[in-house]
Amino acid sequence: MALSRIASSSHASNLLKPLSAALSIRRLISSDSTDPLTIETSLPFISHKCDAPPRAVDTSASELFSFFRDMATMRRMEIAADSLYKAKLIRGFCHLYDGQEAVAIGMEAAITKKDAIITAYRDHCTFIGRGGTLLEVFGELMGRICGGSKGKGGSMHFYRKQTNFFGGHGIVGAQIPLGCGLAFAQRYSKEENVTFTLYGDGAANQGQLFEALNMAALWDLPAILVCENNHYGMGTAEWRAAKNPAYYKRGDYVPGLKVDGMDVLAVKQACKFAKENALKNGPLILEMDTYRYHGHSMSDPGSTYRTRDEISGVRQERDPIERVRKLLLAHDIASEKELKDIEKQVRKDVDDAIAKAKECPMPDPSELFTNVYVKGLGVESFGADRKEVRATLP
Amino acid sequence: MKLRVENIFDKYIINLGACGIRCGFIPFGERRSESDSIRQREIDAGTSSTSSSYYYSTSFRVSFIHFSPLMLASFQHSKMLRAIRHKNILPAFSAFRAFSSSAKEMTVREALNSALDEEMSADPKVFLMGEEVGEYQGAYKITKGLLDKYGPERVLDTPITEAGFTGIGVGAAYYGLRPVVEFMTFNFSMQAIDHIINSAAKSNYMSAGQISVPIVFRGPNGAAAGVGAQHSQCYAAWYASCPGLKVLSPYSSEDARGLLKAAIRDPDPVVFLENELLYGESFPVSAEVLDSSFCLPIGKAKIEREGKDVTITAFSKMVGYALKAAEILAKEGISAEVINLRSIRPLDRSTINASVRKTNRLVTVEEGFPQHGVGAEICTSVIEESFGYLDAPVERIAGADVPMPYAANLERMAVPQVEDIVRAAKRACYRSVPLAATA
Repeated sequence: MALSRIASSSHASNLLKPLSAALSIRRLISSDSTDPLTIETSLPFISHKCDAPPRAVDTSASELFSFFRDMATMRRMEIAADSLYKAKLIRGFCHLYDGQEAVAIGMEAAITKKDAIITAYRDHCTFIGRGGTLLEVFGELMGRICGGSKGKGGSMHFYRKQTNFFGGHGIVGAQIPLGCGLAFAQRYSKEENVTFTLYGDGAANQGQLFEALNMAALWDLPAILVCENNHYGMGTAEWRAAKNPAYYKRGDYVPGLKVDGMDVLAVKQACKFAKENALKNGPLILEMDTYRYHGHSMSDPGSTYRTRDEISGVRQERDPIERVRKLLLAHDIASEKELKDIEKQVRKDVDDAIAKAKECPMPDPSELFTNVYVKGLGVESFGADRKEVRATLP
Repeated sequence: MKLRVENIFDKYIINLGACGIRCGFIPFGERRSESDSIRQREIDAGTSSTSSSYYYSTSFRVSFIHFSPLMLASFQHSKMLRAIRHKNILPAFSAFRAFSSSAKEMTVREALNSALDEEMSADPKVFLMGEEVGEYQGAYKITKGLLDKYGPERVLDTPITEAGFTGIGVGAAYYGLRPVVEFMTFNFSMQAIDHIINSAAKSNYMSAGQISVPIVFRGPNGAAAGVGAQHSQCYAAWYASCPGLKVLSPYSSEDARGLLKAAIRDPDPVVFLENELLYGESFPVSAEVLDSSFCLPIGKAKIEREGKDVTITAFSKMVGYALKAAEILAKEGISAEVINLRSIRPLDRSTINASVRKTNRLVTVEEGFPQHGVGAEICTSVIEESFGYLDAPVERIAGADVPMPYAANLERMAVPQVEDIVRAAKRACYRSVPLAATA
């Protein structure tokens, strides 16, 4: 078991690189090894009304490798969505998650598919994390029947009930009471599962958050509120929207933890800690310090309220994929070439999914009237011209 | 052609009907009852040629000259016209030339922006609040430049907390300020609807007139393009059912300017329903519309296009569709009268009824859900007041009775299209229309 401290990863990798080159083919650790590997988070956790978890995170080579591959897939998917939007194949709103991948991936590494996740509209990667496919994502974004919601929902409304992903919500803050409701149902059914409710720094000031949190605390619900703090609520910086931008403390009587959201291992550790705690002690808040490279949505350039230097600075210093790449190289789990090959494969997978989604047909006109109700009672529903287009809801 | 001069010194209405020129010259405050009684006489006589009358909030004379393509300048009356000429009123023939050479266009966005600017300049109690209205220059750039001009005390960027900031706005209005609260879309107003209805609409009544609420709630309403179910609902019917609220919905730039100015000046809570897809559309505006005192009356609809065979009512984006439908119908020999409602509450029942009494047929058009919608109210109003005049059942065109789907083909089916309006108008005129297979 190799105990390795990567305090300054660039320094360490400089030392180790010539060593692995000298060893040429033989590798210290194979990339599918599940032998435990302990790596320290780059920053300490900061806690509020609880004891912070340790910085040393248990992981393995294969897990790190999968982190890289999954985050690279998400990154590539979002960049491709950007191009599709500009080509007008995606309409309406499109909120991209690139930069924030570590939160989705780290969380999945700490929980099971029986735990529930609910988030707002920046949900493409969360959907993938919960088991959604690239084809379902691109199909939905382009409004085709192969989409996750059969083309009827759009970018903001992905769901995956079978793996307990409850959406995909367009109204800021609405998903927070909904998430506490999921936790309520989990407690009610006496399941040993938790709900992660994700929201942004913009939603953190919503009244319904505090209303739901109060009840979750009163009733000891296994709800974990995760603030994905990317520091901008659309175009408004956090300090202009919140008197107290220490979101992990805003729960007051509810414990909180501030986490480096660009470090996938820190996210994993925090979520593991949160799940154990929530099952015993009720709700807590995790604040993920993260960043989005794109603007709020595709209609926001993202540079009127922040500088390009800031964006490129974060990309250079804190990019989650680069961090894992450095770890993999430093621990000699993979070579540069292997990682580049993965990225090539990811690019191909994404391109294939897009091509396949483009072939997919649009929903049949009769789908206009499906799923309005579960039980339609035979009532009539109408199109724009009620004498021309009508249907009976089954 | 009829000429009716009430009092040559106080008020003039010169109605050169066939010339298509209306020249209204109306001192503030007096006109309303007079024109209402005139209109009532006209409705009774069945000879009304309706148009909106224009009220000007300052006492100096402003004229409005409305041109139709059928302009036949009447030289018999040029002496009369010269007698009342003011620098803003031009005699028919030269006015026509002057209008065509000085025609200016303005987008709805510019119209709203200039209206806000002028009203903030005129009254220091007016202030704006909403998400991204200040530094971001407005999510749809409606409030562009206003933060720089009026400062952060009067243009407030709020956090994303509608219930909170709407309540704060209503409270400020209780105390005497005149807030203009922006909802990024009216879908988000549902987070604040308690304050709009219970705190704003009902206060004047509950307090027996002590607490008036001179607030404006504005923002885009209805469907945009591909924004899905939670971002596409039309709230006209919901807000218009509530006594105590006034609900306006502009179509053109002239509407946008005049109605927003009227809303800000109005002492009651006004819900101002704009449309995102209209923001970039350009419309011609006359010099009168550009004047900073320009104002349109609340509660008055506008006849956008005169006709005699069928009345089509619409508001907001659907007015454009109705006008296109009227063009198509004209080619088939059906002359449609298009009414731009402008005001959903109060609803201009007299204009609508007068029109139906003339045409005997009605098609109502709206984007929102059909059940309990604006069209349902208009239909009932016409049945109550003009039943004997109807020659055909009232036709309703509305959004589909389903949550808005995202897929482009389904979305197209969920929102009224021009051909739907044409088809309904033909049905009202008993022209045979092939029935499509039911879904």
